Amino acid sequence: MPQVTLTVNGKSASVEVEGRTLLVELLRDKLGLTGTHVGCDTSQCGACVVHVDGNSVKSCTMLAVQADGAAITTIEGLAKADGTLHPMQEMFREHHALQCGFCTPGMVMSAIDLVAKNPQGLTEEEIRHGLEGNLCRCTGYHNIVKAIAAAQPLMHAKAAE
Amino acid sequence: MNAPFEGIGASVRRKEDLRFISGRGNYTDDINRPGQLHAVIKRSDRPHARIVSIDTAAAKASPGVVAVFTGADLAGIGGLPCGWQIHSKDGSPMVEPKHPVLAEGKVRHVGDPIAVVIADTKQQARDAAEKLDIVLDDLPAVALVTDAVKPGAALVHDEAAGNQCYDWHLGDKEGMEAAFAKAAKVVTLDLVNNRLIPNAMEPRCALGDYDQYSGDYTLYTTSQNPHVIRLLMGAFVLGIPEHRLRVVAPDVGGGFGSKIYHYAEEAIVTWAAGQLKRPVKWTADRTESFMSDAHGRDHVSTAQMALDAEGNFLALKVHTLCNMGAYLSTFAPAVPTYLYATLLAGTYKTPVIYVEVKAVFTNTVPVDAYRGAGRPEATFLLERLVDTICHDTGADPVAIRRRNFIPRDAFPYQTPVALQYDSGDYFATLEAAMKAADWNGFPSRRAAAKAVGKLRGIGMSTYLEACGIAPSKVVGSLGARAGLYEVANVRVHPTGSVTVFTGTHSHGQGHETTMAQLVTDQLGVPFSQVDIVHGDTSKIPFGMGTYGSRSLAVGGSAMVKAMDKIITKGKKIAAHLLEASVDDIEFKDGKFTVAGTDKSKTLSEIALTAYVPHNYPIEEIEPGLDETAFYDPANFTFPGGCHICEVEIDPETGVTRIVQFVAVDDVGRVVNPMIVEGQVQGGVAQGIGQALLESAVYDANAQLLSGSMMDYTMPRADDLPNFSVATENTMCTHNPLGSKGCGEVGAIGSPPAVINAVVNALKDYGVRHIDMPASPQKIWSIIQSGHRAAAE
Repeated sequence: MPQVTLTVNGKSASVEVEGRTLLVELLRDKLGLTGTHVGCDTSQCGACVVHVDGNSVKSCTMLAVQADGAAITTIEGLAKADGTLHPMQEMFREHHALQCGFCTPGMVMSAIDLVAKNPQGLTEEEIRHGLEGNLCRCTGYHNIVKAIAAAQPLMHAKAAE
Repeated sequence: MNAPFEGIGASVRRKEDLRFISGRGNYTDDINRPGQLHAVIKRSDRPHARIVSIDTAAAKASPGVVAVFTGADLAGIGGLPCGWQIHSKDGSPMVEPKHPVLAEGKVRHVGDPIAVVIADTKQQARDAAEKLDIVLDDLPAVALVTDAVKPGAALVHDEAAGNQCYDWHLGDKEGMEAAFAKAAKVVTLDLVNNRLIPNAMEPRCALGDYDQYSGDYTLYTTSQNPHVIRLLMGAFVLGIPEHRLRVVAPDVGGGFGSKIYHYAEEAIVTWAAGQLKRPVKWTADRTESFMSDAHGRDHVSTAQMALDAEGNFLALKVHTLCNMGAYLSTFAPAVPTYLYATLLAGTYKTPVIYVEVKAVFTNTVPVDAYRGAGRPEATFLLERLVDTICHDTGADPVAIRRRNFIPRDAFPYQTPVALQYDSGDYFATLEAAMKAADWNGFPSRRAAAKAVGKLRGIGMSTYLEACGIAPSKVVGSLGARAGLYEVANVRVHPTGSVTVFTGTHSHGQGHETTMAQLVTDQLGVPFSQVDIVHGDTSKIPFGMGTYGSRSLAVGGSAMVKAMDKIITKGKKIAAHLLEASVDDIEFKDGKFTVAGTDKSKTLSEIALTAYVPHNYPIEEIEPGLDETAFYDPANFTFPGGCHICEVEIDPETGVTRIVQFVAVDDVGRVVNPMIVEGQVQGGVAQGIGQALLESAVYDANAQLLSGSMMDYTMPRADDLPNFSVATENTMCTHNPLGSKGCGEVGAIGSPPAVINAVVNALKDYGVRHIDMPASPQKIWSIIQSGHRAAAE
């Protein structure tokens, strides 16, 4: 079986996987990082979004072997070691952008990438368009959009530091 | 500095969020037990067939496979029980065919489980399932209720002639006929309530565990009501007594009704764990969810309103065919009867109502409660009928509603269809919604849209729902096989912090926050010192779970009752310590005080005394400060409100954009406004999904066409607007909190508001009604045929 060596949340890991193992299976089943969720089997829902080398990726749509050598960040790796939350996490809590919490990890990871890649700032319409790859059944998106809008200035201010 | 206000009425941020935003939630599929095996269910890909043979040899020989089971192996265990029995008009009980855990002899819908393969890994189980050699002999199949009731239709169950489960009615038939005979006008509307697939984001999952040394079973499952699952599965399916069966529903990723029911997979993994003496886990693929989670709605109805010359409603007549699917799911028979027909008075004083409901078996996934359950169907029918009356008679939609509303001073109001509403003010919610939506300014917005080639429409719905289910005696008389009270155990610890064990279950509703606010409010204990525990039958005395917007109205009331007991006992302890009469002790803001003095003891001091009873009235009361209450409500609760939707349709594409959505709801006492708004927003999103996007589609042979998220349109962020949400509350009069419930109002009020707006936008095209979902294709076709008609 192939050996995959990668960095996850700053720690290196080397795991033997079947060729058909998906990245999300590696994260959940081999590394015990169950914050990344599986909500569908057609790459529609985005509950499994993680960052691969700084880009948001649906980890159900990538083979583990394709991530060999990559640096992965999952929802568990966002907060600082002292527990300080990422501004996007903070804003999700502040604006009640989650209910059951199942889509939340993927939603947060997508939102961070969306905001980071658009330093010019996004309108509400652009945020909604940018969330097309993530489904939420609980919130109606209203508060998710609010949270992302509120996180923008915080993230950009931090990036400028 | 004053402590922040964290009691009733505060938008406290949620306790549960830190774990969810950090990826530390604990959902069923996140749980793994030592030695765990993985189950894959082989399901029917045919809608209806006789099972000729199942050859499991190759699957059993496949690498990693530990066992393969079929219906024959499970023949000794019971079928999945139905929790409600309806009787037909003629007094006969509903037809209730066996619902086997694994198919026996026949498969009856696409997704019907045939066999389970259990292996060391999920991949091995999946590979082996492919090696099962199953020979099926196809039988004729039927998917639509309108086809299933035709003479000569394929029979789903031999014992259900004409595919009929029951033929039920409610109301005054003779009175209805007399009213229709003298009516100045009768308006008739045929309408379909589209079949939906709930699609909670977390797929269902079940993990069975068995301890062969104690004989104890544990089931971890994605459930809204773990005690109900323990009761149904333990008593009726597997024959495991309650003290040997623990059911844990940990963090659950949304339910919307679909996780109420006892499903086959729960019984399979629990039974198999006992057989194999190893834990067995099954997790649904989303595709399996589409073909095995109970679907919702699926009604075909004819509604008729008799009116006098002034537009007063004289009588309502409704005939509904409802789809039960291939088997009866746990609550299925109740949904189109006692959660639907009883709601057909709505907000109106219609004096006579007669409803006939025929429940029909088809070769489809079982249909059961989905957010709102019966009440959205009733509301859609009524509110579309009212707008159709306006279409046919030229009446104004606001004026006709106001004319027929139940007056403010008529409460408690007895409807002609069994329910007695305790409180409400439909004029107030209507007025507030019209103001928020600038209803009266719409004509200029319509003109402005027209100037740029867009079709703008506005529509409203004024709805009423019954929730907070329910008085046990009432539902028992109506066919429920369970009681519907709720249970709370309030434990004040020796140092004064509090743990509440509630029989309700939170799968997104934020109970850990809202219910802690109740404790802060009633006992004066700081919010941070309160924990709410739910979802584990080994910790919580009992409970009926969360559905029907019942958690606060019923579960919260049970908490209030338990806290009253704490206060009563605390007063006795305080009286002893303060050397005063119990009657002179007052409790306020966490302190027991001798009236008119500054002598007092805090709740923490009383708690410590209760657990360290050195100086204690031991002859009179027991040590400890831990009280349990069961609360059985006196009535349903009756939220209501007004939703207004404004749409803009692009005639070139038929795409409908919602430009404004206003919801003003009466949900009774609000504990956490932020959470209530979130519940309404989410409900409205699901209602808009039903109205514009979602539909479960079967082909003529009962093959499920919308079987994945690529085929079934889930609402996405750019399909939805921002919502304007407010409450205009009257208090529930019969529970101690005054709360009514807010979980379903959004999904109940919104679909007719959207369709009324769409029909309004298309009024120049002669549209009288449009069935849901009002898809771009449907609207585009209407516009095109309108253009053609104009050109001809």
